Amino acid sequence: MSLVARHLEASGIPTVIIGSAKDIVEHCGVPRFVFSDFPLGNPCGHPWDKDMQVATVRLALQVLENASGPRTTVRSPFEWKANDPEWRERYNRVRAEDREKLLAIGEARRKERKA
Amino acid sequence: MQDKSSGLPVPYMERTRNYYRALGYTKDYVWANHTDVPFTRMAKPVSKMKVALITTAGPGDRSHRDERNRRHVWSGQVANPPATFDTDMAWDKESTHTDDRETFLPIDAAQRLVSDGALGALAPSFHTAPTDYSQQKTTEQDAPEILRRLQDEQVDAAILTAL
Repeated sequence: MSLVARHLEASGIPTVIIGSAKDIVEHCGVPRFVFSDFPLGNPCGHPWDKDMQVATVRLALQVLENASGPRTTVRSPFEWKANDPEWRERYNRVRAEDREKLLAIGEARRKERKA
Repeated sequence: MQDKSSGLPVPYMERTRNYYRALGYTKDYVWANHTDVPFTRMAKPVSKMKVALITTAGPGDRSHRDERNRRHVWSGQVANPPATFDTDMAWDKESTHTDDRETFLPIDAAQRLVSDGALGALAPSFHTAPTDYSQQKTTEQDAPEILRRLQDEQVDAAILTAL
């Protein structure tokens, strides 16, 4: 997505990305970025929270209008759900007890690709 | 004990690298990395602009995928978006869900901002950008195709939302 933003921007169309993978977006280097510090999947706000979604898009419009140069990152003020403080540890975690299972999944994928 | 709510952003590149190594892959993925970043100044205020939405999700009928399951640029109408979306890609399926389209394609939210005057207009079409592992396909085919579609509707700016 960052590469698309860069292409549009270089062609004269200002862009803003709303996303949650801060390290990946900033590693690529983009003009304007609203960082939602949430699990991957819901960059524009918690599911079914209309007010948060409108506020997030409003913030993106403000970043569009006010950014003075490239690599502008603005963190959204919203946090992920208070009843799920463990979420940061979850995505693509590799636990010792899962290693054997993960290796088998990888083997199966490689076989399928060859077929 | 480590404080798990410490608030540091998740290191996705490191996490993904370790995960794929655990799956037995020997070659690490190399994420796009650029020193120079393009920047286009805004020609007018957002309240006078026509803005397009671009997301990574495709239509639920998977018509953006070819017979080899490769995803392609696809466009839908904001006035009549698909009832369901294909969100079969990498996101945190244990922590959340994508049942609410507005969390990754905020059509209603953008329309509310048009109604209250913060945004000039929403472009009639929104677009699906396939985020393939092939950076070459993204830069040489998909991004130019999306640009053409935005130019067709004389779009002034774009909001891109990545699952």
